[in-house]
Order: sequence, then C-alpha cells, then structure tokens
Amino acid sequence: MSSASPSVKEGEPSVAADPFVGLSDERLHGMLYDMMLIRRFEERTMQAYQQAKIGGFCHIYIGQEATAVGSVGATNNDDPIVTAYRDHGHALARGMDPNACMAEMFGKVTGCAKGKGGSMHMFDKPNAMYGGHAIVGGQNPLGCGLAWAAQYRGEDKVALCYMGDGALNQGATHEAMNLASIYNLPIVFVLENNGYSMGTDIARGTSMAHDQKSRAEAYGLRYFECDGQDVLDTYGTFKKAVDGARGARPINYNEKTGKRDSLPSYDRDGRTQGPAYVNVKTYRYWGHSMSDPQKYRSKDEVKTKQDIDCINRLVVQLQDAGRATEAQCEAMDTKAQELAKAAIAFAESSDPMPIEELYTDVYANPFGPYVKGAPNPDFA
Amino acid sequence: MVAQDDSRKIQYREALRQAMEEEMRKDDDIFLMGEEVAEYNGAYKVSEGMLDEFGPRRIVDSPISETGFAGLGIGAAMTGLKPIIEFMSWSFCLVSADQIINNAPKMLYMSGGQFGCPIVFRGNNGAGGQLGSTHSWSVESMFSSVPGLKLAVPATPRDAKGLLKAGIQDPDPFFNLESERMLGMGARGDKDFSRYLHGGLWAPPENDDDFVIPLGQCEVIKEGTDCTVVSAGRPVHFALEAAEALEKEGLDIEVINVRTYRPLDIETIARSVSKTNYCVVADQSWPFASVGAEVASQVYERCFDDLDNSVKRVHNDDVPAPYNREMEQEMLPNARKIAEAVRQVTYNA
Ligand SMILES: Cc1ncc(C[n+]2csc(CCOP(=O)(O)OP(=O)(O)O)c2C)c(N)n1
Ligand SMILES: [Mg+2]
Repeated sequence: MSSASPSVKEGEPSVAADPFVGLSDERLHGMLYDMMLIRRFEERTMQAYQQAKIGGFCHIYIGQEATAVGSVGATNNDDPIVTAYRDHGHALARGMDPNACMAEMFGKVTGCAKGKGGSMHMFDKPNAMYGGHAIVGGQNPLGCGLAWAAQYRGEDKVALCYMGDGALNQGATHEAMNLASIYNLPIVFVLENNGYSMGTDIARGTSMAHDQKSRAEAYGLRYFECDGQDVLDTYGTFKKAVDGARGARPINYNEKTGKRDSLPSYDRDGRTQGPAYVNVKTYRYWGHSMSDPQKYRSKDEVKTKQDIDCINRLVVQLQDAGRATEAQCEAMDTKAQELAKAAIAFAESSDPMPIEELYTDVYANPFGPYVKGAPNPDFA
Repeated sequence: MVAQDDSRKIQYREALRQAMEEEMRKDDDIFLMGEEVAEYNGAYKVSEGMLDEFGPRRIVDSPISETGFAGLGIGAAMTGLKPIIEFMSWSFCLVSADQIINNAPKMLYMSGGQFGCPIVFRGNNGAGGQLGSTHSWSVESMFSSVPGLKLAVPATPRDAKGLLKAGIQDPDPFFNLESERMLGMGARGDKDFSRYLHGGLWAPPENDDDFVIPLGQCEVIKEGTDCTVVSAGRPVHFALEAAEALEKEGLDIEVINVRTYRPLDIETIARSVSKTNYCVVADQSWPFASVGAEVASQVYERCFDDLDNSVKRVHNDDVPAPYNREMEQEMLPNARKIAEAVRQVTYNA
C-alpha cells in the first residue's frame, strides 16, 4: 500500500518530512475523532438497516474513513464538495449533524433532506455539501459546475468531486475531466479507489487501471496518489492538490481584453497550479451495499486490509509520538459511540415525513395560478 | 388455454433466464452483455448460471458504461448479431439515452431500410423500494413515444418468458421493462407471491421451446362486467387486488393486462370497454403525457358512444419518488387508489 506514496519528495517544504504534516495536536485529535465518529455511526447504520429501520440501498463507508477526513481536512468549510451514494462519511466529515444524517435514513422530517433523499442523497447546504448522487458518475459534471461558479464569481473556492473507481468508466467522467482542464477549473477530482465496483475488480473494468497518472496526463490534470488507509498521507497529499487548485483561472486569458493571448497548452507537467486528480488507494471492509454476498474477494484479502486500519494506525502513531494518550483516544471513541447512539435515538423519536411534504420542493415557484417571482417558502 | 396446475413453480426471474437460455441455445448470434451479468451471476440473479453454460464469449461483463455498451450492442445489431443488453435498472439507461432512443429505433428508417437493429434492452423498471428519485424510474411513458421501438411490461412469469422470447426473435429494437419487485414472484415457498402463479395459469408452459407471447396482444387477465381496468406490469396485480375488494361491494371488474404498450392492442381494450361501459387506466408512470393518457385518449376515440362516464386514470403522483417508505407507497399506484377510481367512475351505473 505504501509503495507509491509520494508525500515525501525531495526539495519540498519541511512539513513533508514531518509525519504529522505540520498538524497541531488539536487538529490531529479532530481527525481521529472524525474517523471514529464515522466508524461508530456506520456500525449503527448497519444495525438499523438490519432491523429494517433504514430502507432502500445503503452503502457503508467503513474502511474508507481516512479518505473523507483527510481530504475534507485540507479544504475550507465553504469549499463545495460533491460525491456519489457512499456518502455518509463525507457528510459527517464536512460537519453534518449526525442526527440529521441518521434521521434522513430513517425517512424522518428532521433528516437533512426531510426524508426525501435517504442514504444515497445526503445534502447539507450550510456545510457546502452538494450531495450524494446515486447515478454512477453523475456527480462529476456537477463538480465542474461548482468549480465553475467559484471561478466565475472570482471566489477562491476549490471544489472537491469524489467518485468511486467504477465511475471512471462513465462518459460523464471523461467529459468532466476534459471540461475541468480546458476551463482550468479550481477542482480536485478524488478517485476513491477501493478496488471494486460492486463485484468488478478495477482491473477487469478499467483500462490502464494500474496507471491513473496517464489518465491525468491525458486530460492535463495534475496527478497525485496517496495511501487512503493513512489519514496523514491523505491529508498531506490533498493539501498540495487543493492549494494548487485554489484560484485557478482560465489559461492565457487576458482579463483586460477578455480574449486569449494565445491557445493554451494543456501540458501540466511540473505545474503546481490548476485542476487535479487524486488517486486515493483505499478499501471498503463491508459489501458493496447491504446485500452483497462478496464472492468476488477472499476473507483473507479483507483481513489483510483491516490489519492496516486507518483509525488504529493513527492511534498508534499519535501514542508512539506522545501526541495523544491512550485515555484521550479512548475518550474520543466513547464520545463517538455516544453520538452515534444518540443519532439513532434522535432519528427514532423524530416525526415522520408528513404527507404535505410529498408535494413540496418539486418547484421553487410552484405553478397553478402562476405568480411571477413568488418564492417557495421552503426555498427562501 | 393453459391447464390449471397448482404444482407449477417458477419465479419471474427464472422465466426471464429461461427465455434467454432457450433462445441462446438455438442461435449463436445472441449474446448477453451488462454490468455484473457474468461473474457475479447477475446483480439480481437473473443471469445466474448463464456464464457456466455459455462461457465468457456470450455472457459478457461490462463496466459501468451504459452509453458504451448500449451503443456497442446497437453497432453489433447493425451487422445482424442479436445482442441482449441488460441495464441493471432502467433508471441507469438514462445516461445512454442518445444510443437507445436516437440510434437504435431510427437506424432502419435513417438507412432507408438497409440496417435494422435486432437488439433487446432489458432490466428492472419501476420503484424498487425506497431507492429515491433517480433510481425509481418507470420509463414506459418516456420511451413509448418513440417510433421504431417495441416495448413490453411483463406482469407474470408467463409474460416474462413469452414476451422476452418474442422480443429476442423480433427484428426490431425491443425494450423489456421488468419489475424488480416481482423478480421473486412465484418463488417456491414464497407465501406472498405463490398465489400470483394462479394455479399455474401464470407460469409458462413446461418443456416448450417454441412458446412465445406475440407482441401486441393484450390479455384479459380477469373477466368482469362492470368496469374495465387497463394496466401493465406490477399494477396489474394491484388491479386484481382491487377486484377482490370491489367484488365484496358487488362490483365485478374486468382487468386487462396490456403486456406491450408498443404495439398497443387497443382492439382488445376497446372491446372490453364497449362491454363494461366504464374504464379505469392504472399506470405506474407519471400522469403527464403518459402511456395511461395515451390509452385513455384512444379509448375515447374508439368508445365515445359506449362510455357511461369519463375515463379515470391512476398514476404515480406528479412528484419525484421520495425515499420515505410511507410516502413512496402514497405516491405510487396501489389497489386502494384503483378501487377508489372504479367506485368514482361507476357511481352512475
Ligand atoms: C449509471 C449507473 N449504472 C449502474 C449503477 C448501479 N451501481 C451503483 S453503485 C455501482 C458500483 C460503483 O462502484 P464504484 O464507483 O467503484 O463505487 P464504490 O461502490 O466502490 O464506492 C453500480 C454498478 C448506477 N448507480 N448508475
Ligand atoms: Mg469502488
């Protein structure tokens, strides 16, 4: 796993030499806690699904926590993010209230989408979480739009656009990567490379699967890869990817004349600025969804990955370096367990989605007698 | 007429599989391609065991590239191969819309009759159970308005096998809209669904390779005198459930299983309405410009003088599918809504 980790390179600033990537104790503890919260939350999610309190398709994030936490950790909270349907982890890492996340899956009106979206559709406007999206690859053009909006408005935001390895094979993904490149958008595409799309090994479904760098080069995206079971490597890598994408503006575009000075060259070799593509090597411990016999992989394979668990790894690293005590780590885990349990209680005791809600939010300006400009009260 | 035989047991998914297997044994030009169809044995176990029998040349796993493999199928079909393209769900076909509604159905016409497109697209259709808006498509209304394609919505294991076999043999693009919720229908020991085999009447005949249900023939699945209920796919069973409730109130409805919206057998429907003088249409897609609206419109054209009331339509509510379980149930057509519609139209009987 660690073989291709590029976080320590010659001639880079000294933080790269620091295994804790220049992070303060407070931030390190925060990351550990966030991963623990996602883990404990997902354990409760599985339980509730088995008890049929949660329905539909439900995809568990356990094993991949470091990806959401490490990458979100490198963003500002108003940097827009968008992801696929395996989205509870991103929502929580971004600061969604676990209660609202769980209540959504229980179909309650207190859920983040009032019970209309469910597990695959976590939306959180205050935290710039532009959703979980259930059609594979469908979120990638949206990611470009989020980045475009920032560039258009002259804002310094970076969009993070997550996808699974299965999404690499959707046309929308290729179009999105090309658009990001020609407009030089402030976007980071995040490949959550857990090796499988459902039962399909990435090597069976994706050409040149082993060489994502060539894909990045084909689209002129800056390329990074990191060990997604190591939150510090993930964070350090995203710091570079995100910082370099921030403020990306059209290439060779003369702001004064409003014209291109020359045709852009898209060769990003050696560039430190512009859109990026990060290949995060991660692993999901559980099945694709809650109904997956997992015949395509061995128990041994899963066990090997679990042995280098992202949470245990950080716990050991922090304690070895004297940056957290065992008691502190245990306290964090206890708190995570309590919050996850409380989220269940909250979801359970919340009111169901009321029948009137079935008919709201279809239009921002509902027609009938057409009232020009009248806002949807829910939308104001 | 099929013999009544209570021992007949076959699931809807097995019926689909048998249709493909029997046709594939007869014709090497047929292959099956789609996500997880081979090594995973089908995301919904429809193609279970087919890789073992036919091998990887003919049972082909594809990546999540609907545009790519739907289009690949169309290209192959232009050369005379007969691809069966499985969409894990019809909801996912939307990314390949250009291929399946622009290329496939228009190829014959655009080429002045030179290049046909003998392809089958098949997969789950309709709300699967709390999957949310993007995953709960019923595509019959959207696609039925496209000339050049044929479209079936099988309601029973018998339909599932007979229509799919007819579709595979048919020289035109054939869209088979299967119901995820009914895949286990007719399962051995499945209490809820075993009654749906209806004493074997709704099972395909055994050991009959030549069995097909011709496209464009409605089935009168329950005879009655008081009101015609026209439906297809899963809502046919809601209509039958409504029939049981209405019987207690002294209303004897006739239920028509449309089977194929394209071609539409309006003759059988019109004959029934002329007899009952009342008509309710139950359609699992959205009301605006829907197959339900089309059936109603054609019933008006044919049966205006025979109708004793307006045609009543039962559809999804005109909103995207919600996740919440109760709200999803509320939004979909169901037996209660159908029974209510029948009561409303027949009040003046
Ligand atoms: C267009 C489309 N086709 C098929 C599906 C069904 N489907 C849902 S998830 C999935 C596998 C995706 O795997 P990957 O992108 O690797 O994400 P992971 O599940 O590993 O997080 C498939 C085939 C879908 N949702 N959308
Ligand atoms: Mg994957």
